Amino acid sequence: MTVEELNKIRDDMADLIKVRKLVASEGAKLAKKTGYRKQILVCGSTGCNSSGSKKVIETLESELAKQGLDKEVLVVKTGCFGLCALGPIMIVYPEGAFYSQATPEGVVRIVEEHIKNGNIVKDLLYKETVHEDGSIISLSETNFYKKQLRIALRNCGVIDPENIKEYIATDGYQALAKVLTSMTADDVINELLESGIRGRGGAGFPTGRKWAFAKASQGDIKYVCCNADEGDPGAFMDRSILEGDPHAIIEAMCIAGYTIGAKQGYIYVRAEYPVAVERLEIAIAQAREYGLLGDNILGTDFCFDIEIRLGAGAFVCGEETALMTSIEGHRGEPRPRPPFPAVKGLFGKPTVLNNVETYSNIPQIIRKGAKWYSSMGTETSKGTKVFALGGKITNVGLVEIPMGTTLREIVEEIGGGIPNGKKFKAAQTGGPSGGCIPACHIDTPIDYESLSALGSMMGSGGLIIMDEDTCMVDISKFYLNFTVDESCGKCTPCRIGTRRLLQFLDKITAGDGEYEDLEKISEIANHMKSSSLCALGQSAPNPVLSTIKYFKDEYIEHIVDKHCPAGVCKSLLHYEIIPGLCKGCTLCARNCPVDAISGSVKQPHKIDKSLCIKCGLCEKNCKFGAVIKK
Amino acid sequence: MNEVPLNTFKGTIVQERQLKEVIEEHKEQAGGLMPILQKAQDIYGYLPIEVQTMIADGLGISLSEVYGVVTFYSQFSLTPKGKHRISVCLGTACYVKGSDKVLEAVEKKLGIKSGQCTQDGLFSIDSCRCVGACGLAPVMLVDDDVYGKVTPDQVDHIIDSYLTKKEVKANDR
Repeated sequence: MTVEELNKIRDDMADLIKVRKLVASEGAKLAKKTGYRKQILVCGSTGCNSSGSKKVIETLESELAKQGLDKEVLVVKTGCFGLCALGPIMIVYPEGAFYSQATPEGVVRIVEEHIKNGNIVKDLLYKETVHEDGSIISLSETNFYKKQLRIALRNCGVIDPENIKEYIATDGYQALAKVLTSMTADDVINELLESGIRGRGGAGFPTGRKWAFAKASQGDIKYVCCNADEGDPGAFMDRSILEGDPHAIIEAMCIAGYTIGAKQGYIYVRAEYPVAVERLEIAIAQAREYGLLGDNILGTDFCFDIEIRLGAGAFVCGEETALMTSIEGHRGEPRPRPPFPAVKGLFGKPTVLNNVETYSNIPQIIRKGAKWYSSMGTETSKGTKVFALGGKITNVGLVEIPMGTTLREIVEEIGGGIPNGKKFKAAQTGGPSGGCIPACHIDTPIDYESLSALGSMMGSGGLIIMDEDTCMVDISKFYLNFTVDESCGKCTPCRIGTRRLLQFLDKITAGDGEYEDLEKISEIANHMKSSSLCALGQSAPNPVLSTIKYFKDEYIEHIVDKHCPAGVCKSLLHYEIIPGLCKGCTLCARNCPVDAISGSVKQPHKIDKSLCIKCGLCEKNCKFGAVIKK
Repeated sequence: MNEVPLNTFKGTIVQERQLKEVIEEHKEQAGGLMPILQKAQDIYGYLPIEVQTMIADGLGISLSEVYGVVTFYSQFSLTPKGKHRISVCLGTACYVKGSDKVLEAVEKKLGIKSGQCTQDGLFSIDSCRCVGACGLAPVMLVDDDVYGKVTPDQVDHIIDSYLTKKEVKANDR
């Protein structure tokens, strides 16, 4: 394929995509030109798949065929829209009608009433898009989307990721064409340096410098790697990009190959992401078919190809040297640095390794220029960051915000606040390597430096919101359980250190904690930070240290008062019946599995604490709220 | 004592032929051991020592090297899995929403612990770290079916729905 042919596909397809971006009236005019009166986009990402989008798509297609509408209505299976809590998500253009929690029954109505008769089914729309007076606002005006800026996610929920032509229509592979025809390797590096982009995998190393090191390394064989081993539990940004816009990664890796002088790329993906792997396979096959991977790309003498390698469930393989060891077919243990991968990486050759989100930004930086990119964000953190917003928050999902947005804006505006009238207690970023940001720092702007200063980190983008019912000691225990499981065992500080820290936390949550334990924890933590081999061990104490820093009272309450204020740590809590509220209905006594409750009919009951196993059935069954957890 | 004994390897000739083809396909590939192990586990359902020996012989490397890699990664299993594989997500988003209680309910229902398989070979339980469906937390998977927003009370019903009528009877006895 030549650049002219690439441009022709783009121009031929442009109107079809444009319909999805215009206001309803303009879009309707354009829709006539495309041959499709309506386009229905349904999210086919893991989140919506899990809530039943496959059945929704099947019903949609069969209903359209039944009504004889399948020729004039285009059904597109897209990537993630972001509002995962409201899946399956379906949007009808040119109206831009946003249907949430779609069901097969709902789809039958939508086809009949909306697609066939032209009346939007308002009661099935996402409620935020319907005004009280019945008028409909567009998705971009809702609280969830208003403050977002979609750069890395620009094609997610917009195009069909299994159709390379739709990617090309959104200026896909234009950056590669620009690089191959009019830029030198140094031009590319300078552009990245000027843009200020930093690695989105967590540590935030400037991408341009990384590429410059690899380019400067001598060697006839070099490699480009993509880290798609998104191991932070509760994070799914990279998965969503791979599922929604896989060609962006392929294009960026080609650009990296051209820049450093590599002919081969590897994408290392978690095996837990079957949909992402399938879409990547399809995308790579299509790119080869179109001559955008392989020999003589776009008629130049540049040759580059990509291979997918699957992980097998080891968190440490998200660390760059461990990842490369795993691709080589060994136990995924990290190697000491230096030598850095840019000098001696995969198979001992100079290697560039970037994270999925970093790559997804690069074609746009090349196409729109460094100035455009650096105009977004803060002084030291440019561009945007994608977060997987999860935990105790109303709008669970995927959000992309300009750097510098405050945590409050994310939680209260985009996230829609904490459900059930509970109070915000803390946000956790960086997963098992990161820390907590307590409520008093909710106005912190999100950028690399501010988060580090608080003892947390940007991380790859997991953002878990916790409310007053979350016990901070228990949550550190959760993360340490994780790091104990995932420590590869190669170096002693991490292997033994994580286990010792967990033992202390077990002791504290069991009610046997002593005040000195806190000092011992910080001593071990400091040793781990200074002497572990890789980032896993160096950062494993962060969740404990940051919770001790901000929630020391809670630790002390566990240790001194033997009480868990959030009511989570089982050994520290007990159930009580309030005599004034108990009507003596005997329901609790009848449901107690260990006969720990005694009392006669119509008389207040009592719980024998020595027998109670704290299962909570009495509290659940009591109709008068007389059983309380203390 | 619900665990299936380890020494029950019964490979068929068809499986062995498939494995040899896989080894042949990846033999020359740099770092080919991982893809071979992944495909071998698809063929046999798990990676008993007999299968690891065949792979070591086929690649001309030592068994200890193969065993070292197998035991490093959590997705490789040395023991057989159940006909229905139950997996409860213990990722952060699910944990914060109480998935540990869902796992407890599954363990209680089947009388086995996470990582084990029932004696009749019907169910095995594992915990996993995030399937990326955090919007539906807490999440539990049975084979490829995803159950979102699961409460411990629903576990009985979900598991029962995987028993065919015949199996229900056998279980009742």
